[in-house]
Amino acid sequence: MKYLIKLYVTGQTPRSMRAIDNLRRICEEELREEYELVVIDVLERPQLAEDEKILATPTVVKELPLPIRRIIGDLSDSERVLLGLDLRPYEA
Amino acid sequence: MITIDHPFSVPKVKTEIDGFDLIANGGLPVGRSTLVSGTSGSAKTVFAAQFLAAGIERSGENGVFVTFEEPPEDIRRNMKGFGWDIAGWEASRRWAFVDASPQPGQPLQVAGPYDLGALLARVEHAVQKVGARRVSIDSVGGIFTQLGENANIRHELLRLSMSMRRLGATTVITAERLEDKGPVSRHGVEEFVSDNVVLLRNELQDEVRRRTVEILKFRGATHQKGEWPFTIVSGEGIIVIPLSAIELKQKSSDARITTGNIELDRMCGGGFFRDSVILVSGPTGTGKTLVSTEYLAAGARAGQRCLLFAFEESREQLFRNAAGWGVEFSELESKGLIRVICEYPEAMALEDHLIRIKKEILDFNPDRVAIDSLSALERVASLKSYREFVIGLTSYIKHREIPGLYTATTSALLGGTSITETHISTITDSIILLRYVEDIGRVHRGIAVLKMRGSRHDKDIREFVIDHEGLHILGPFRTVFGILSGNFRQVTQSELDQVEVIREAATPLPTQRNSG
Repeated sequence: MKYLIKLYVTGQTPRSMRAIDNLRRICEEELREEYELVVIDVLERPQLAEDEKILATPTVVKELPLPIRRIIGDLSDSERVLLGLDLRPYEA
Repeated sequence: MITIDHPFSVPKVKTEIDGFDLIANGGLPVGRSTLVSGTSGSAKTVFAAQFLAAGIERSGENGVFVTFEEPPEDIRRNMKGFGWDIAGWEASRRWAFVDASPQPGQPLQVAGPYDLGALLARVEHAVQKVGARRVSIDSVGGIFTQLGENANIRHELLRLSMSMRRLGATTVITAERLEDKGPVSRHGVEEFVSDNVVLLRNELQDEVRRRTVEILKFRGATHQKGEWPFTIVSGEGIIVIPLSAIELKQKSSDARITTGNIELDRMCGGGFFRDSVILVSGPTGTGKTLVSTEYLAAGARAGQRCLLFAFEESREQLFRNAAGWGVEFSELESKGLIRVICEYPEAMALEDHLIRIKKEILDFNPDRVAIDSLSALERVASLKSYREFVIGLTSYIKHREIPGLYTATTSALLGGTSITETHISTITDSIILLRYVEDIGRVHRGIAVLKMRGSRHDKDIREFVIDHEGLHILGPFRTVFGILSGNFRQVTQSELDQVEVIREAATPLPTQRNSG
């Protein structure tokens, strides 16, 4: 099962970069290669944020596998990210 | 349209919400945010939607609606009744929604600091997409419900408001209050958009709901102070009733019109003034409806259009009564000279009566208006609302420079006053009193012109009789005193002679006039 994860950020702010780094690290550690991460800058793609009704940045949406899970913040709290996104460590 | 009400004042944009621009001295400060705060059910969402709808319909200004509570489909549906085709405007890119309403699913999980950058980007995108000049945000409490109470969100909302200012969009932000007399809003919202604050109230007063709007502050701009009643009309939306904010700047006319009765014309010093408001007051059965009928009939016979609002009698009764005095209303009506509108006072709230009356006047464009009786409307509202209603009605009629005749029924049969008399006599230009007069075992009718603004008038209290031709005014009562108060006292002929002697002695001799 491959994970599809989208991260919405606002520009290249320190908070955006922190969120991207945190999410990459968590995915690498927990999901190995079995994930696809899409980073969306809402300043460049506001209509995507509108369609997905994103309010806060950063927002992570785990679209696959279902159910869809959302979590907001710079993802500095790894435990919460794992719990909130329903991510189980990849078991070989 | 942008208006400037004062040389140093912030320019304003006309909201085009009926009546609001009058109390706002031109509209909302342009490019700024205005907080519109009210309790649940105080019509905040209607105000927010109407701000955009009126912009599109009346000013050609597009709008963005940011909703934190109701989903867009609910708003589209709920506002349809006001005649606003939001879906159509969306299709023609004049209205855009930013849907920030709660989404189904699990509550948001928070893992670290965040901001509302996405919301800001969406709103800015929507504003640019439709070229919006107006933005409504309804209501900010919703964002606290979704994300929890924190200072960060207040800061983000300030950013949103600054961003709208940068884009030059005038913004209405609604917020909840817990009570009509409490703090301005929940969540301390006013602290970040405190430039301009408008309060909407919906209070229970003497068992009647009364909606009011108050502009608490406009930074750097003037506005009218105090609470102003408003009503919500289907097909139209909010209508603020500006009452005395309407300047009484209409010119005063010297032109006279006939009262419909030669003797009464004489008592009034030559008839009513063309642009005056006349109060005819008296107990039931003294002939108020007759005075109003003769006044209307005289207008109609001279080819003038006359409009009668009747709140006490049915059409059939009115027409039958008039026929009994030689006035054929049905004939005049078929010629389009008279329109008679009968309504139960209880049929609607006083604000709605006012709007109905204004509409009919606008529609029929009459040369004369009569309301029989005004006092019948006393019982459907609190005293305060009633007084405001009369002020609003009077200023509207005077604004159109047409005469208005109101009748008022006094509660006591002999003497006495009515609420209408007590509270609106200063508003009217002329007052005519009709009274029962007891004289040695018989009841007579008396008429007196108590006030004629800007004119001499007969000071006598005269007897009058009513027959099939109408009203006939006779000579003054000379042997009865205390008619106005109802505490009659007869005097003898010798007493009367003495009074005459004193009067004559007190009257100065006519001075010789220079002919050149």
